[in-house]
Amino acid sequence: MKKTEIPRTAIPEQEPKVRATNFDEVSLGYTREQALIEASRCLQCKKPKCVAGCPVNIDIPEFIKALEEDDPAEAIAILKRKTSFPAVCGRVCPQEDQCEKLCLMGKKHEPVAIGRLERYAADWEASQGAAAAPEVPARKSRKVGVVGSGPAGLTCAGDLAKLGYDVTIYEALHKPGGVLVYGIPEFRLPKDIVQRECEYVESLGVEIKLDHVIGRTMTVDQMLDNGHDAVFIANGAGLPAFMNIPGENFNGVYSANEFLTRANLMKAYRFPDYDTPIKVGARVAVVGGGNVAMDAARTALRLGASVHLIYRRSMDELPARREEVHHAQEEGINFHLLTNPLQIIADQEGWVEEIEVIQMELGEPDASGRRRPVPVEGSETRIPVDTVIMAIGTRANPLLTKSTENLELNKWGLIVADEHTLATSKEGVFAGGDIVTGAATVILAMGAGKLAARSIDRYLQGQPLLTAEEEEEIRAAEEKATV
Amino acid sequence: MYKILEKVDYSDDVYMQVIEAPAVAQAAQAGQFIVLRINEEGERIPLTIADFDRDRGTITIVVQAIGKSTRQLQTLNAGDSIANFIGPLGIPSEIENYGTVVCAGGGVGVAPVYPIARELKKAGNKVISIVAARNKHLLLWEDKMKEVSDEVIVTTDDGSYGRKCLVTEPLHELCETGDVDLVYAIGPGIMMKFCCKTTEALGVKTLVSLNSIMVDGTGMCGACRVSVGGETRFVCVDGPEFDGHQVNFDELMARQRQYLEQEKISYDLYLECRGDAQCLA
Ligand SMILES: Cc1cc2nc3c(=O)[nH]c(=O)nc-3n(C[C@H](O)[C@H](O)[C@H](O)COP(=O)(O)OP(=O)(O)OC[C@H]3O[C@@H](n4cnc5c(N)ncnc54)[C@H](O)[C@@H]3O)c2cc1C
Ligand SMILES: Cc1cc2nc3c(=O)[nH]c(=O)nc-3n(C[C@H](O)[C@H](O)[C@H](O)COP(=O)(O)OP(=O)(O)OC[C@H]3O[C@@H](n4cnc5c(N)ncnc54)[C@H](O)[C@@H]3O)c2cc1C
Ligand code: SF4
Ligand code: SF4
Ligand code: FES
Repeated sequence: MKKTEIPRTAIPEQEPKVRATNFDEVSLGYTREQALIEASRCLQCKKPKCVAGCPVNIDIPEFIKALEEDDPAEAIAILKRKTSFPAVCGRVCPQEDQCEKLCLMGKKHEPVAIGRLERYAADWEASQGAAAAPEVPARKSRKVGVVGSGPAGLTCAGDLAKLGYDVTIYEALHKPGGVLVYGIPEFRLPKDIVQRECEYVESLGVEIKLDHVIGRTMTVDQMLDNGHDAVFIANGAGLPAFMNIPGENFNGVYSANEFLTRANLMKAYRFPDYDTPIKVGARVAVVGGGNVAMDAARTALRLGASVHLIYRRSMDELPARREEVHHAQEEGINFHLLTNPLQIIADQEGWVEEIEVIQMELGEPDASGRRRPVPVEGSETRIPVDTVIMAIGTRANPLLTKSTENLELNKWGLIVADEHTLATSKEGVFAGGDIVTGAATVILAMGAGKLAARSIDRYLQGQPLLTAEEEEEIRAAEEKATV
Repeated sequence: MYKILEKVDYSDDVYMQVIEAPAVAQAAQAGQFIVLRINEEGERIPLTIADFDRDRGTITIVVQAIGKSTRQLQTLNAGDSIANFIGPLGIPSEIENYGTVVCAGGGVGVAPVYPIARELKKAGNKVISIVAARNKHLLLWEDKMKEVSDEVIVTTDDGSYGRKCLVTEPLHELCETGDVDLVYAIGPGIMMKFCCKTTEALGVKTLVSLNSIMVDGTGMCGACRVSVGGETRFVCVDGPEFDGHQVNFDELMARQRQYLEQEKISYDLYLECRGDAQCLA
């Protein structure tokens, strides 16, 4: 059969009715046979467009070729040259907007399922037992402190440890992993995968100090004074935004961060075996349309509620990954599109009873190029609910930045870092991930971690940091050398 | 793991623990709190730093057992350990020489008032403390408060010790004289609410330390939000101290009741099964 005639291989999934009642992973992953077929669809393009779509430029045709040849060990080796966490990226990357969006096969047919193949390779590796830590060069005496153990922090720490630096991660929470552990639910990203990745980083010699809130337990300035030669700040953008509409402080109104943290990090879905309570009620409204909103909605559903998702634009603008929207629809989430909340109404005791919403229509395009939703006068209605979850985004948490001297911030309170080197206004201090870009993606945070590790290495060796041009030159030279 | 070095039961329900946490002790200041988690299944609960010792690397907490976690913590003794101990959190008290300061503590609220009173005294203030409790049995740290105050007034609701009255009575008398420059009132929501009513009428600035429900304690979840002066603030990062005259106490107290139902399930299950792993499983 011609490559183009093979249909994209579907991935086995739990039945929607079944999975709506459990927290097990929705997607079951390819079997070996399925992976072989899907890998054989890749055209092995000479100038692979897909690679440009991947923020960390994974050698996609190469790793797929290895899979086609039934050599997952080689595939994983190729993947790990660019990504530290293929098991995570394969699951949560917005592939349809990145690698798969540019895949040549997608022009006339369906794109190669790059993400699913990446996941297959990573899961194969996991099935072989704990990954052996590579030989790490003798310890360099220079010490680096990393703030935050999300994808940016873990990646940077791992890369620096491989170069032989003495690295300590300081994490505010009692578990490492950042959003991967407190935000993204088990049914999308099993927590044992995250734990495995953290253990791997530790096996490289990185020390992870939990329960350390930088800005409180210790400041960045104190880190520098107390023996850290460089610091990488990767504390994410964890400050929940609210709409500032009446009634948001009534009992039963959650931020998505709180709701998901209770459910995921604190395992409230297993209350009373676990002590942390969560209150869901029979009817839940989730406000927002991103991945976070989908995760909150599908978590509430699994806790037994009927869920109403309220989003002010239309389906086309929904920022969540397509796959998640599709899964949410299959599971029975009710979508109220072109709808915006006006206020939350409570009973006598201060408990949420209803949410008042208004219909929207799309008007002229705004600055972002998306058509601006405008309210339709007189279209107010009320939806009876017990719980409201606000999933309208996060902002920069000022706890660390406020306590750090001479650290330049932009008007949103995000840290200003050089695009190419991630150097901040403060000597020896680098920053990356969501705290620099604002809420973004796992793969971008990971890419920032890699970049920071390279910059910090150069900084500690007294070499000049790379400018954009220099970086280009080196890349070209590297390419020549590998051809 | 964080080791408990000392444990003293003040009564059936109130106890003190000294916990080894050098990094927290190093940075701790009056007015701040910690968050702890007893074990893997535990919830994160906030407790005020009642005292700290930088040389020994310890933090002292004083706890009233009112539910599952605080009751379970009470069963741990010197030599035992707890899984997580995070801090110091919150903004420290602003210590200056204000002149005359009244420090009113109700119930276990006396413990958090203590380091504040001590620092205020050091800064040259005249410190008048009111130590209040429901009965003699529940009265806390009268001696320690005497060490750091110019004057201590004791009140109990039932008159079993000290003056028989509510904390607001001596507070009113003191503020009426016009000699009080600042009031600190820390205790149950209802006590702080009425202290603030009293002082607002007399125009004396009053700081309170709020105890809203928390999860992370770092500004990430918003569970602890409260209205202050009509604006939503996060107690864990914007507080815990606020101008009491601006706080919406009714909202605070309503929000504290959010999990009553689940707390009861959890507590009953715990009392039923105390210590029996099989029963819990
Ligand atoms: C619910 C949800 C779903 C998402 N779904 C997806 C998805 O499907 N695909 C995708 O690509 N992206 C998704 N994202 C976005 C993605 O998770 C983030 O962009 C990414 O995790 C950012 O990584 P980071 O390392 O910058 O920060 P984070 O992952 O936020 O990690 C920061 C870490 O720093 C710690 N920290 C914070 N302050 C301090 C301090 N003062 N001291 C010490 N430690 C501190 C935090 O506790 C945290 O562990 C989702 C986000 C959320 C919230
Ligand atoms: C900043 C701050 C400082 C505090 N300092 C002290 C102190 O020094 N001594 C002391 O005895 N208590 C203190 N508290 C209150 C203490 O945190 C609660 O009593 C404790 O969490 C109750 O847990 P429980 O499981 O035993 O009881 P539960 O049965 O779970 O709860 C009993 C009541 O405690 C409150 N509560 C429950 N969970 C939380 C939570 N996660 N965060 C905050 N409150 C909660 C609720 O109002 C609830 O109705 C403080 C609270 C805050 C926010
Ligand atoms: S890391 Fe993400 S974007 Fe890159 S190839 Fe893998 S799935 Fe695609
Ligand atoms: S663009 Fe598509 S077909 Fe071409 S190499 Fe990349 S994955 Fe294969
Ligand atoms: S406790 Fe989570 S923001 Fe305050």
